[in-house]
Amino acid sequence: MIRFEHVSKEYKDGTVAVKDLNLEVRRGELLTLIGPSGCGKTTTMRMINRLIEPTSGTITIDGEDISEADPVELRRNIGYVIQQIGLFPHMTIGQNIALVPKLKKWKPDQYEKRVDELLDLVGLDPSVFKKRYPGELSGGQQQRVGVIRALAAEPDIILMDEPFSALDPISREQLQDDIVHLQEKIQKTIVFVTHDMNEATKIASRIAIMNEGELIQMDTPDKLLRHPANEFVRNFIGEDRLSPSTPTVIDLMHTSVATSSPRRGLAEALRLMKAKKVDSLLVTDQQNHLLGVVTLEKVAEHYRDEEKTIAHLLDRDIKTLQPSDSVSTVAEIFHESQIRAVPVVDEEHKLIGIVTRASMMRGLANWNNGVL
Amino acid sequence: MELLKTFIERKEDIWYAFIDHIYLSAVSILFAIVISVPLGILLTRYRKIAEPIIGVAAVIQTIPGLALLAFMLPLFGIGQEPAIIAFTLYALLPVLRNTYTGILGVDPSMIDAGKGMGMTSWQILFMVELPLSLPVIMAGIRTASVFTIGLAALAAFIGGGGLGELIVRGMSMNDDSLIMAGAIPAALLAILFDLAFRLLERTMTPRGLKV
Repeated sequence: MIRFEHVSKEYKDGTVAVKDLNLEVRRGELLTLIGPSGCGKTTTMRMINRLIEPTSGTITIDGEDISEADPVELRRNIGYVIQQIGLFPHMTIGQNIALVPKLKKWKPDQYEKRVDELLDLVGLDPSVFKKRYPGELSGGQQQRVGVIRALAAEPDIILMDEPFSALDPISREQLQDDIVHLQEKIQKTIVFVTHDMNEATKIASRIAIMNEGELIQMDTPDKLLRHPANEFVRNFIGEDRLSPSTPTVIDLMHTSVATSSPRRGLAEALRLMKAKKVDSLLVTDQQNHLLGVVTLEKVAEHYRDEEKTIAHLLDRDIKTLQPSDSVSTVAEIFHESQIRAVPVVDEEHKLIGIVTRASMMRGLANWNNGVL
Repeated sequence: MELLKTFIERKEDIWYAFIDHIYLSAVSILFAIVISVPLGILLTRYRKIAEPIIGVAAVIQTIPGLALLAFMLPLFGIGQEPAIIAFTLYALLPVLRNTYTGILGVDPSMIDAGKGMGMTSWQILFMVELPLSLPVIMAGIRTASVFTIGLAALAAFIGGGGLGELIVRGMSMNDDSLIMAGAIPAALLAILFDLAFRLLERTMTPRGLKV
């Protein structure tokens, strides 16, 4: 839909606002641009309707280079909502909403109908609000009008520049809810600039994190929270939000595990299993690397062969888990096979714990309590 | 009693002088508006030259009224025209300065919104900047008109007519009531203009700006 290709913006004073940006906004998604102030997010947004011209690179909408479009015509086809709301105080609410349709030479009955329709859409009674002036409305109501004014001429694209950040917290929450519901209905392509991560995760289909003019990471809110690309993203998201939304293996495992060295004899293994009341032993080397598993069945089968050690009976082809694997991965393993326990290893394949059905249930219970 | 008699005896003289006075003032203010409002708008687009130009208008205003009229004599002779030119020059500054500051004072986010919605720069001027700066511009026009009416009394010194005519004649004839016959209507006129412009300002201010 909207594509940035190697777009840079350098201002006359030498500050580079945007550096070699490549980015694609998909049709019908709500993409939030987020980052600390001065990261280039607003500049990026304002280049889409040519309020700012890039120094180099191209921006295309549906494949067409916007630098060749008439900027006035381009802007009339792109909705625009700003932080300061920007309703014209000398015009009524109705006149404000009808402005772009009028600029596009709609007929009066056409835009009058549209005004009523839009006011209804955000729960403002047209018979009450149409004739009022912006100064007679609360901030939250004003920005609702600001949002529907941007929708008035039915643009495919809407740009929103921190539209809710000047509102009080309650109005802000309401308008965020509104925009989520509205977007379900209208399915527009929305580019939404914000500095508020809560807001972004609440409303966005995808989030693009920027810093110092560069795109750092772009992904769905969930993926972004789970897999921050680097330290900057991690810090920007904030540690408290990074607590994953579902428990992972680390929450579900036992750390006391019955292990054995591969050189042990079978009698010894059997005694250990009895002592620990387990039906299998995890076999590790001296550095605690997981080598495999030996089961009670196998030990019993070969018990009479005194020459054999655990190493001979070792089952090396076993399923393991990483500590960051999610609960769904664990559930899948237990669901698909009859395994009673799955060892957990770190990146170096060192054993750090074990997940059993029981430990999983206990982990889930504790995790829930912890969260609530 | 003397005064009343003078008013009755000379009511035609007073009336004509009164009309002349209004004519002189109104035409000068009109010219000042026609010149200053577009110029003020233009200066907001070329802000670098704004200060020098407003400076020139300010210098004109520091010249004493009588001196300015005297300057007109060698250039334009005597009569109404040189008087009107002088008063117009005088009225330029308040209108120019208020137009300039009024338009610059429009909230930049309003212009950003207008531009972002796809208004052309003319549409921004006529639909956003002018309506929003109108109260400030009107205040400038009101200031200009009140002191133009005061100043217009000096027109008589270069044969421009107006209520000053009666004052000058009264002074040369040492006739106090004749002086008053010129001065009182001139003062009333100034007050009247001020009130009229206040009213005009109020009716022209968009309703949404008053809440």
